[in-house]
Amino acid sequence: MENKNWKAWLYLLPAIAFLGVFMVYPLADVLVYSFEEGYNSASQTFFGTGLYNYSYVLHDPYFLQAVKNTFILVIITVPVSTGIALLISLGLNSIRQLRELYQTVFFLPYVTNTLAVGLVFMILFKKTPYSDGMVNLLINWFGGESVDFIDGPYWAKMFVMCFYTVWVVMPFKILILTSALASVRQDYYNAAKIDGTSKWRIFTRITLPMISPMIFYLIITGFIGAFKAYSDEVALFGTDLNAAGMNTIVGYVYDMLYGDSGGYPSYASAAALILFAIVFTITVINLLISRKNVHY
Amino acid sequence: MKVVLDHLTKKFPSRNKKGDTVTAVSDFCFEVPDGSLIGLLGPSGCGKSTALNLICGLEKPTSGRIFFGDDDVTNLPPENRGVGLVFQNYALYPHLTVRQNILFPLQNLKGKDRLSKAEMLKKADEAAKLVQIEQLMDRKPSEMSGGQQQRVAIARALVKLPRVLLLDEPLSNLDARLRLQTREEIRRIQRDTGITTIFVTHDQEEAMSISDLIVVMKAGVIQQIGKPQEVYDDPANLFVAKFLGTPPINVFEGRVAGGKLFLGEDEVLRITGVDDQAVWVGVRPEGFIPQEAGPLGCSLAGVEVMGRDTSVVSTHPAAESVSIRSIITAEHRIDRDAETVRFALKPNKVFLFRRDSEERIPFEAV
Amino acid sequence: MEYDVIEQRTRRRETLRKTLTYFFLSIWALIVLFPFYWMILSSLKSYSAYNSEYIPKFFTLAPTLQNYRDAFTAVPLSRYFLNTLIFTLVTTALMLVVILFAAFAFARLDFPGKNVVFALFLALMMIPNELVIITNFVTITNWGLRNTFTGLILPSVTSVFYIYLLKENFEQIPDELYKAAKVDGTSDLKYLFKVMLPICQPTMVTITILKIIECWNAYVWPRLITDDEAYFLVSNGIQEIRENGFGRENIPAMMAAVVVISVPLIVLFLIFRKKVMAGVSRGGTKG
Repeated sequence: MENKNWKAWLYLLPAIAFLGVFMVYPLADVLVYSFEEGYNSASQTFFGTGLYNYSYVLHDPYFLQAVKNTFILVIITVPVSTGIALLISLGLNSIRQLRELYQTVFFLPYVTNTLAVGLVFMILFKKTPYSDGMVNLLINWFGGESVDFIDGPYWAKMFVMCFYTVWVVMPFKILILTSALASVRQDYYNAAKIDGTSKWRIFTRITLPMISPMIFYLIITGFIGAFKAYSDEVALFGTDLNAAGMNTIVGYVYDMLYGDSGGYPSYASAAALILFAIVFTITVINLLISRKNVHY
Repeated sequence: MKVVLDHLTKKFPSRNKKGDTVTAVSDFCFEVPDGSLIGLLGPSGCGKSTALNLICGLEKPTSGRIFFGDDDVTNLPPENRGVGLVFQNYALYPHLTVRQNILFPLQNLKGKDRLSKAEMLKKADEAAKLVQIEQLMDRKPSEMSGGQQQRVAIARALVKLPRVLLLDEPLSNLDARLRLQTREEIRRIQRDTGITTIFVTHDQEEAMSISDLIVVMKAGVIQQIGKPQEVYDDPANLFVAKFLGTPPINVFEGRVAGGKLFLGEDEVLRITGVDDQAVWVGVRPEGFIPQEAGPLGCSLAGVEVMGRDTSVVSTHPAAESVSIRSIITAEHRIDRDAETVRFALKPNKVFLFRRDSEERIPFEAV
Repeated sequence: MEYDVIEQRTRRRETLRKTLTYFFLSIWALIVLFPFYWMILSSLKSYSAYNSEYIPKFFTLAPTLQNYRDAFTAVPLSRYFLNTLIFTLVTTALMLVVILFAAFAFARLDFPGKNVVFALFLALMMIPNELVIITNFVTITNWGLRNTFTGLILPSVTSVFYIYLLKENFEQIPDELYKAAKVDGTSDLKYLFKVMLPICQPTMVTITILKIIECWNAYVWPRLITDDEAYFLVSNGIQEIRENGFGRENIPAMMAAVVVISVPLIVLFLIFRKKVMAGVSRGGTKG
């Protein structure tokens, strides 16, 4: 028996070692960093402990801009992507021909490198001296004025950011909702059909309640994912997101850690913990709401 | 409401993608009299559920017509047919309470059919009362037993007063005790409402016990239609004879020669009206009479006393199955330790069938 | 009742609904596919042709492969590719070994403290990567592992979620099999590889595919830990190309690089379409 215990721990050793070094220790460490004032990574010294790092981050205009950008991104993309994904999944579930083809096509963004395709989006939206770009061509067709979506006004940049984010998160949502819809038993629909239930009523009174757990799951994971937005923005606006005014909270953390303005792990830690607190709070609120509204 | 099926056929494309079709329902013709309870009976996969779906409109027939009374409803969508359907697993909406479930069909009505809120509630209460679930109205389906869910499902199907009520395997999800109780309940509700009711089942006992008429099906084809007792006493073919009755009928390889019926070497009956040929012989369990000098000699395998009746298990070389089961009344005593037992046969419990087509061959006992 | 009318109206409504559905689905398909079309199209246009189109053209009559040649010669794209391949394969292989043993211990072996340790593991699932990456960056830097494959790989060779997934799968294997194997004198390790692994192969394949996708698209960690081009992965490479590549705004060549980077995963997806989709619906969000 003794021998067996020893063996079990041996099996677990690699996992425990890696998790200990790269997850548990950092977790404690990030807290410590966030309270160490004036930490210098080169000399590994600090002046004292306190809340200065938090106060610095919270007063940093770049951070506030990043928070604003992130919140706008979250508030727009989560409902929009979930809504469109629901419509698409309903459409997919109601057809038989070409269904697999559509499903395959809709899933493609999931397996692409977001940095690479982000570059394509940048080119489609960018206005350069040589060309106004594809999207502006469309806008011109409909009689609009060309806009530079990449280096232009804030709302235009925000639009591209949201558009690309929706494009990227869609496959997962479509996949989850399609399988949620398919798992609603056909009997319920047959019963409703025999009772002469209208399509709209079937949707609101049967389909929606039945898949509500999955919708809430998507909203929660959608919130979490959107709050961590970063690489999509890099793809569109380049690595210097502060200059573009398009930084996100996660982007701010990395910039503080490394890069042109980097070398401040304490500020990065404080910002990361603030992000964690925001995400945690919103997730808890989401869960409370869903507990009240999800039916079973 | 009388229901008439006229040469109804349904073919499905086959799974093997070669463009073949599978015929689930083949050339159905029968008439369900107004206000009767009909059991569609057959083994699983015989097309009885498809038949039900055709009647309620969830499937469209490949050919043939369906009439409710004088109305041709063949191409009508289900909501315009005025049918109520109780699903095998009830299909109660899990997020709605019992009351909301029963109200659901009423809330779909539009225009002049639309009822006021109070009327709807009154109707729902009436339906609930009919199936005796008034006290459960605020529960959710997950908080109820199978039998209670079944009642809710029936109430939901009845609340809009359908012209025809359809039940798909209504008892299959219940345990044995509830099944007996619920089938009486279905009979009572059907009598009380007078709604023409068609139900589907694979359980012959269930169908026999409550139906006015049973329709026996096999592989999409109707084998026989009739009152339960008539079908039992007068099966049209070997399949029907085998399918009805517990314990099942005993089948022997037999032959007719010179007005005598042989089971193996035993000459069991003298008959007329049948040409000499090899036949299948079916003998109902209650068709055996123990007799010391009876013509059928069997090896005794066991005796099971079941109170009023005794069940005798024996073997015979000509029997199709390993053992023969006969039910004899208590006045006949069987010596348990005997090696053999001899029977005489009741001619009206003996059926002859063709070897090839398994069709019934009528005969007269002499 | 006018049955004909009802019937006709139903049929007409059905046709209309179907048409609208297909129209709507096709629009989204267009939005999804258009960037792919555009990147392939642009990658086939010559540099001069591309830049002379003030109004972009939707097709090209003179396709050229020159951009692909440029992509592999003017920037070290093949280097990025090779790095990513090494990173992906080694990380995935190491991770599979680590999670296999951990899941086995949790699912099959009994030892004191098992439930506590497992609960701690589960708690770790809630921890976002952003929180721990800061210290990991410092750790790897202190160990002098920046710009090495070791530094790139080490932090991503465990995944609590996959351990959990595999453990659940292992536990579905009936106890009797283990007891039977024990009676026959099979060792734990042999049982794991000869019995459990083959039975749980579908889950292993799912995990492998998901991990490969994750590795192939990794950006943040590689960016932090490498600044030497010799260790760039494709994501960093493409960002580098975008900011400094080709010495000028050579968009067709960039698009060629993008196509080359995108192709492997898309091919992998088209081959294992069912497995990938089933895996993703079990395995959580991107990233």
